[in-house]
Amino acid sequence: MGEGATALAGGTDLMVEVNFGHTRPENVVALRRVEELAQWEGGRIGAGVTWRRLERDGPRALAQAARTVGSPQIRNAGTLGGNVGTASPAGDGLPFLAAVDASIELASESGRRTLRWDDFFIGVKKTARRPDELISAIQLPEALPDRQEFAKIGVRNAMVIATVYCVVTRAEDGETRVALGSVAPTTIRARRAEELISSVASPGEEDLREFARLVSEEVTPITDHRSTEQYRRHSSGVLARRLLERCLR
Amino acid sequence: MTTKTTTRITPAKGGVGESPLRPDGVPKLKGTFEYAQDLHADQMLWGATTRSPHPHARIVSIDVGPALAIGGVHAVLTADDVPGRATFGLEHPDQPVLASDEVRYWGEPVAIVAAEDEPTARLAAAAVRVEYEVLEPNVDGDEAERRDDTFRRMRIRRGDQEVQGEVVVDGYYEVGMQDQAPLGTEAGLAIPDGNGGVDLYATSQFVHVDQEQVVASLGLRPDQVRAHPTGIGGAFGAREDVNLHIHLCLLALYTGKPVKMVYQRSESFTGHVHRHPARMWYRHHANRDGTLIRVEARVVIDGGAYASTTAAVLANACYFSVGPYRCDSVSVDGVGVRTNNPPCGAMRGFGAVQVCFAHEAQMDKLATELGIHPLELRRMNALTTGDHMPTTGQLIETPLPTREVIDSLEAMPIMDDGPPDDVTQLPGGTGLTTEPGDVKRGVGYALGLKNLGFSEGFDDFAQARVRLTEEGAIVETAAIEVGQGLVSVLAQIARSGLGLSRAVVKHVDTSRIESAGSTSASRQTQVSGGATLEAATKLRQRILDAHGGDDLNDSGVWRGGELVVGIEELAEAGWEETVTFRHPPTYAPDEDGQGVVHADFAVAGHRAVVDVDPDLGLVKVHRVDTSQDVGRALNPESIRGQIEGGIMQGVGLAIMEELVIEGGVIKNPNFTDYLLPTILDAPDVEALLIEEDGSWGPFGAKGVGEPPTISSTAAVAAAIRDATGRPVTRVPVRPQDIAIG
Repeated sequence: MGEGATALAGGTDLMVEVNFGHTRPENVVALRRVEELAQWEGGRIGAGVTWRRLERDGPRALAQAARTVGSPQIRNAGTLGGNVGTASPAGDGLPFLAAVDASIELASESGRRTLRWDDFFIGVKKTARRPDELISAIQLPEALPDRQEFAKIGVRNAMVIATVYCVVTRAEDGETRVALGSVAPTTIRARRAEELISSVASPGEEDLREFARLVSEEVTPITDHRSTEQYRRHSSGVLARRLLERCLR
Repeated sequence: MTTKTTTRITPAKGGVGESPLRPDGVPKLKGTFEYAQDLHADQMLWGATTRSPHPHARIVSIDVGPALAIGGVHAVLTADDVPGRATFGLEHPDQPVLASDEVRYWGEPVAIVAAEDEPTARLAAAAVRVEYEVLEPNVDGDEAERRDDTFRRMRIRRGDQEVQGEVVVDGYYEVGMQDQAPLGTEAGLAIPDGNGGVDLYATSQFVHVDQEQVVASLGLRPDQVRAHPTGIGGAFGAREDVNLHIHLCLLALYTGKPVKMVYQRSESFTGHVHRHPARMWYRHHANRDGTLIRVEARVVIDGGAYASTTAAVLANACYFSVGPYRCDSVSVDGVGVRTNNPPCGAMRGFGAVQVCFAHEAQMDKLATELGIHPLELRRMNALTTGDHMPTTGQLIETPLPTREVIDSLEAMPIMDDGPPDDVTQLPGGTGLTTEPGDVKRGVGYALGLKNLGFSEGFDDFAQARVRLTEEGAIVETAAIEVGQGLVSVLAQIARSGLGLSRAVVKHVDTSRIESAGSTSASRQTQVSGGATLEAATKLRQRILDAHGGDDLNDSGVWRGGELVVGIEELAEAGWEETVTFRHPPTYAPDEDGQGVVHADFAVAGHRAVVDVDPDLGLVKVHRVDTSQDVGRALNPESIRGQIEGGIMQGVGLAIMEELVIEGGVIKNPNFTDYLLPTILDAPDVEALLIEEDGSWGPFGAKGVGEPPTISSTAAVAAAIRDATGRPVTRVPVRPQDIAIG
């Protein structure tokens, strides 16, 4: 990408920023006709793959997340690459990527490089992408855990920005991953809770309660116009426990 | 004095009682209907507004130079360019057309620009350099009250002030700031007439009052300004106050060109008034048998920076603070405070919504305390025809079927089918937060009471003209269609009044007809409908008299079974009749708030069934059933439309719709964060229409627009209490209020 250029895919984030007057891009590079970006082979999801496609064909928890993005019109336009590029703490696709340790593929004139999600997302709407790089694909691991569950709390039943976002995966060997969004500057993993529960083959009430408590402890939410710190902390634990229980069924 | 309806319904296809297809229905569905946003004139310029980024500041200087320097900019105007009255206002002209010395709310207009296209206009508006000395915003209502910075104080004292009930319940309640959030933002087009005058086409609920305010601020003669009704995408009270109207006319006359403006969504949230946030303290006294003995209330509403209709909203809140219940000892104190918060004014329900949430919570509290079923307690105390209003003491002469509303609501089958299997129909919806096992179901009831038409001695009238033409009968009016179905119902009334099946409504501008009053206060069906019916029946009689006829139908005038004059001949004769209709007079209250203050009343009841996920505090309103007093259902389908839409707005206020204000700044002026219910949040609705003769509206019709919104919020709140045991003393109920408390 050239200097000062702004990439435009579905426009569902960028145009909001433009309409609010928050940004006024000098040069816009429209990506819709770059076919490579819309390609999806195995675990390599092109950055231009839309929510609508993910909703239909994505791995379970990513498909569930995709279903909650905006309205059908928005899902037909918005892309996973755009979601990654915006890097909102409430990004709908990000908790899944964090849970499965996905990588972000970046392309520039000087070649391609791949960054793991936690090296890529570095702050609120901040990423390690260089100005000359374009997000070309999202790479998922070869094998995904069988059990994966997603949930998102918002004040209305559709078309809502998450106040708490959670994905829990559990592999056959018990390895459990817990990723949360909207409760920290970036999407996070609740590592202590993961560690506790991964080693328990059949978690009982005590384990589940401790798991939820740890999740609530590990998040660092804020109070804003959408919710409160206390509520986000509380419901992070409730939600993670519910998803874990769904994984265990 | 009860006005009995004696006018007979003359048989005519598409007359009252039917639900004919709306004339604007298909165009609206196909996207061909012309809304104000779609207006166009050759050579037109686009306008934009420079707004204050501070809720309170002194304006040190304004430099329009940088804006004027932008190519394509034709005008940049400030307060100095307002030739006439510097202020406007629906009740008191206290709001600057453009701020000159001080800005008093976030988003207040400071300058306006006209340019060759919309982006240039917005760029120029942003380029106006305003130097502010930022002042501390006054956002604390209590402090405003202490300083006596108020728009109005209300004091109601009725009956023996010393009586006490055997049982007393207290409560404190809050209602957040709701927005009308019309899907069509403020928009309009002003076209100079070349002779110093101007034609204005803009979103409005009341074109005559816009016209008066434009005339005053432009310093023109009344005949130089014509305000035209235009296509409106929703109003709900937000279109009563002037916003872009004077600005458009200033720019059009200054540039000599047509000027169009369309507010952006975020701008719309600062460009119109909102529903008043309220704080309410209540004490209800009752005897052990359930008889309501005394109600004491204190109501504080925040009017924001300018008067708008705060005085009238406050009065209404106080008049309806007891609800539809008999009570002979009442004490209400109310105040509308002035702050640097966003200005508030009219919104569907007009003060009755806020107090309904409180009085219904109190009635439920009382019912629990007494061990009486909530509906039974309400039935025992139901206010009805022949009773006196608990607040004003006014004798209720028109039908008020409160008991019938309660009985029918109780009789409606309640489907206790348990939480649905489809998880997207559970709390949390597509977010998949909740499974049936996480859900508690609750049921709640509420009743609401509202006046119909304007009150307190306001000269409330509407003019309508009925003409016979080749197209059939034409009803000419300046009454605004805001989506509610006025264009259907006035035509239906004309058909039934004339006995002719062809009738259409045609909107005319302020120079061609007198005022119809505002499309608000649930009044147009009664008031403009009253004018239409009187004009139609008079015209019919005049035609029959002129031809010695005994019947008039689509063929013409008949006498003794023979056609004496054909309809074409009648149309050519240019028959027309103009009527100005007034409802029974009302009067200003005395110093105790007593008197004949209102013209008519309507009552409605709602039963809400909700599913709540208590651990996450999420709510899905499963269904809302209702019974509503409608007088006479002139168009049952339109009434159901009003009921379903009104319930959606009530559900919105109950669980999600709130403008979040911090230090005078709106934190969520957009549809990302100002949440309106979607179809996945919509409850199923069953509606019963209670009809009774005797109101003064056409054929006994009552207004129906506001009651669906008034008690639906309170019913949802009651159902959440039932499901969770939480007190729910504030709406919207937030997830944290339920999950954490």
